[in-house]
Amino acid sequence: MNQKKTLLEVRDLAVSFRMYETGLRQRNLQVIKKLSVSLHEGEVVAVVGASGSGKSVLAHAVLGILPSNAIISGEIRYQGELVTDELRRNKLGTEIVMIPQSVTYLDPLMKVGRQVRGTKGTKEQQEKAFERYHLKKEVAKAYPFQLSGGMTRRVLVTTAVISGAKLILADEPTPGLGEEDALETMKNFRELADAGAGVLMITHDVDVALQAADTIVVFRDGMTIDQCTKEQFLAGKEALHHPYTRALWAALPQNGFTVPASEEEWRG
Amino acid sequence: MRKMEGKVLLEGRNLDFRYPSGDWILKDVNLQICEGERIGLVGPSGYGKSTLAKLLAGYERPTGGSVLWKGKPLPSRGYCPVQMICQHPEKALNPRWRLKDSLTEGWTPDDELLEELCIKKKLWQNRWPNELSGGELQRFCIARILGPKTEFVIADEMSTMLDAITQAQIWKVLLRQTEKRNLGLLVITHNMALAEKLCTRIIRLQELNRLPVGGIDCKKHVC
Repeated sequence: MNQKKTLLEVRDLAVSFRMYETGLRQRNLQVIKKLSVSLHEGEVVAVVGASGSGKSVLAHAVLGILPSNAIISGEIRYQGELVTDELRRNKLGTEIVMIPQSVTYLDPLMKVGRQVRGTKGTKEQQEKAFERYHLKKEVAKAYPFQLSGGMTRRVLVTTAVISGAKLILADEPTPGLGEEDALETMKNFRELADAGAGVLMITHDVDVALQAADTIVVFRDGMTIDQCTKEQFLAGKEALHHPYTRALWAALPQNGFTVPASEEEWRG
Repeated sequence: MRKMEGKVLLEGRNLDFRYPSGDWILKDVNLQICEGERIGLVGPSGYGKSTLAKLLAGYERPTGGSVLWKGKPLPSRGYCPVQMICQHPEKALNPRWRLKDSLTEGWTPDDELLEELCIKKKLWQNRWPNELSGGELQRFCIARILGPKTEFVIADEMSTMLDAITQAQIWKVLLRQTEKRNLGLLVITHNMALAEKLCTRIIRLQELNRLPVGGIDCKKHVC
């Protein structure tokens, strides 16, 4: 894996938000304490972790779309280059794309076809992408509120695959998708990666992530705590080192659905 | 196929639904849910699972047919005994209300329940919905519908945005509550492993929905 070019490298990223309390009193809310992850060409990395552990913030930090009260430290490099506003201007939307988490990221007042085309895509590209994700042609003329949860999700995925991007940040791409569609999305990520792109998938759905991911990075309380290969995770509890990763494995419905008795059990 | 376990709690009789000027989404759907049953409703995306849930919870009125609660039409005013937990908590909560206001709109949950759901009341109650994550918001949505007058819970993909540990934890709480208070439960999910773990009976919507031939074709296209 080492001879492959590094696409994205995040080192010691920390993010906090400045928040106002009563009046002008401020306090800082630390969401990411220490996060390191690297992604090579042809690789799918899944960042998994509990809700509220700051997973989405990672993607937003790379894209530079955190709100203005965010304080960021650490290093983010794209192809070895430090990610700056200028780099973002040139690469975002073409080489670096994101599939957002919330279905509310679509503009409620614009037909989805136009939103998927954006400013750079063509109609043919959009239609091809729609076909690939089994979206009817008419869907392009629908407004977001007319789509089901799963359809909206597929529309969001098409926004990213339309452009031939090199780095795809997928923020929870699968909730609300049927099993088949989720697997299809994973297959597509795999294909995109095999064609030379890198996919950083942020998810809580370990099950689905395992279909495509080479590496699983476990994220908790604002820190990366464990990293394991897909094979390790599939092998089960014994092959996993960190207690939290083990608890995560055991909590899957097919592996027992067990809730850790106490926090200490997986704090390690 | 159906096991009669007790008296019928919630019933959908010949339910039809479509949005004005839209295609039929549901056509002649019949289902009965009895006391003591935990139903899993599965089906491909776009088939109308959430629409059926909204009809059963009284959020939408059926175009044809009726929803019956213990044999009578679902009450259209007052506290609805059938409460629903939505798929997208960020859309279910009023963005201009602080979380404590959303939480206590229907009833005031006791601290014990909040603790079970790991809601950090002191820390979160004064925040706005956009300041919490989806999984954190969903806990509020669960707590706020478990009022004393709730007798039936519809969970529409409520745990899809949660990690496996939180999912297991929150379902344990909800199952404990449904058992303790003898609540009915309808679970909509894509996760078969989860449905099999939770439910006493699994219904596939594609088998219930009697769309006309053309309608089925167009549905096949989107799924």
